[in-house]
Amino acid sequence: MTLPLNLRALVLSLAILVVFLTAWHVATQTGGAGPAANIDPEYAKLMGLEVTQGKSAMPGPLDVGKTIWGHLRDPFYDKGPNDKGLGIQLAYSLGRVLLGYALAVLLAVPLGFLIGMSPLISKALDPFIQVLKPISPLAWMPLALYTIKDSSVSAIFVIFICSVWPMLLNTAFGVSAVRKEWLNVARTLEVGPVRRAFTIILPAAAPTILTGMRISIGIAWLVIVAAEMLVGGTGIGYFVWNEWNNLSITNVIVAITVIGVMGMILDQTLARLQRAVTYPD
Amino acid sequence: MSDRYISIEGIARRYPKAGGGTTTVFEDLWFSMRKGEFVCVIGHSGCGKTTVLNILNGLDAPDDGAAIVDGKAIEGPSLDRAVIFQGHSLLPWRTVLGNVAYAVAAKHRDWPKAKVTAHAMAFIEKVGLKGSELKKPSELSGGMKQRVGIARALSIEPKMMLMDEPFSALDALTRGTLQDEVRRICLETGQTAFMITHDVDEAIYLADRIVLMTNGPQAMIAEIVENPLPRDRIRTEVHHHRDYYAIRNHLIDFLVVRSKSFRDEIPEGYDRRHPPIVRPGADGSGPDAGHKAA
Repeated sequence: MTLPLNLRALVLSLAILVVFLTAWHVATQTGGAGPAANIDPEYAKLMGLEVTQGKSAMPGPLDVGKTIWGHLRDPFYDKGPNDKGLGIQLAYSLGRVLLGYALAVLLAVPLGFLIGMSPLISKALDPFIQVLKPISPLAWMPLALYTIKDSSVSAIFVIFICSVWPMLLNTAFGVSAVRKEWLNVARTLEVGPVRRAFTIILPAAAPTILTGMRISIGIAWLVIVAAEMLVGGTGIGYFVWNEWNNLSITNVIVAITVIGVMGMILDQTLARLQRAVTYPD
Repeated sequence: MSDRYISIEGIARRYPKAGGGTTTVFEDLWFSMRKGEFVCVIGHSGCGKTTVLNILNGLDAPDDGAAIVDGKAIEGPSLDRAVIFQGHSLLPWRTVLGNVAYAVAAKHRDWPKAKVTAHAMAFIEKVGLKGSELKKPSELSGGMKQRVGIARALSIEPKMMLMDEPFSALDALTRGTLQDEVRRICLETGQTAFMITHDVDEAIYLADRIVLMTNGPQAMIAEIVENPLPRDRIRTEVHHHRDYYAIRNHLIDFLVVRSKSFRDEIPEGYDRRHPPIVRPGADGSGPDAGHKAA
């Protein structure tokens, strides 16, 4: 008897996870056999227990699990600017991403429509887009800080600028590639340009637009971590950097995991939306 | 004026050539249709049949001349003229009902939703798709898709139907059924219809008159063939009619030989404004029998 493919895949996934966790556990357990003796006492004092006792500085999966559990039990505590719950930090990052992303949607989709419908505008804007698109979003940061004078808004701006391009280009492409025959259907039915845009072009281009939106949310989530490391204060990116400064590798690993899971949730949400507007041809 | 319900008057269409200069697809084309008449156009690819159709539906405009429907010059697309496209061109994100209702709602903008749905359903039933109204086009066979296209065209109750090889992508059996249906509906509703086809038998079965176009560029209407078969013809018996082979041979001879050679040996007295009218029949002999009638 063969199990269904999905079930077999699940079993294999779990097996890989177990192997990985075991290997991790074993690797972090075996510390050096007592290097404490050879170490300068000053340095040992500075580095703390791990070095003096020969224990690996790398936390094992059990430590990480314990910390994650701790964060999950109390995600929203706030004990001053340098000690906030993981939930709060995540909410800050998510808020910035969604705000910058929403602004980008508001600009990119209508502008993409315009570019897709008008060859003139498309050609006129092309050089600007070509130059602006490859700029690393973080390169805008100093300019944003200087002009906006607010680090949080600057981070939102950076998210905005990095999510605009994939959506803009995909919308323009999707709109320009709408099949002529569908437009002709609308024309022979005397459907006006506004109605045509909403009843023919938008649904026809929706899968392509959603593809752009999905790429954008992925990039935005990548960029927010880096942006928050730069601007500091709050957010998951700041949390990672702060814990690095605290030398809490456990919390860094926890944050990395959380970033990954959140990114997956964002991506899957967009994927679901994308499936909803995709039509079989 | 029902004699010239639709009138094409000296239209020309030219395209700029790639290396400069212009290609004239056709020029000085004259032709008219009566109300309730079914006309087929036959000609080889590239003779401008589709261009003529697009001028009639308003998607294209002639460079010279005018096309007139019911006393009014055609200026752009209109809900008076429904088009059945070669590819079914249904909106794939809408259901069968959604596709037909889209046309109904475009025609009757003030109708409440229930009325639009009821009207659309009536036409979906007419083409025999009741029960499939909630399916998406991707779930339908080629023949069913084209039926939706027909229902959509009929649902706006147009003054005329324009069809661009609507059945060319279908298998012979489905094509036959749909021809029956289009013929039945057109006779029932007194619809004026203009159809492009490559299929000689389709033209003989459906048309009252058949327009023969010579090869492009600079295509001409070589002649207009009157169908000698009775109007109440039945598809399975058409080929037993005594005039059937006369008209069939006439059409095929045209497609094989004369569509090419016509331009070089234009018959004496040929007038672009009044292309010769031919009525091939068993009484005459050979494909050119009936030229006397012109």
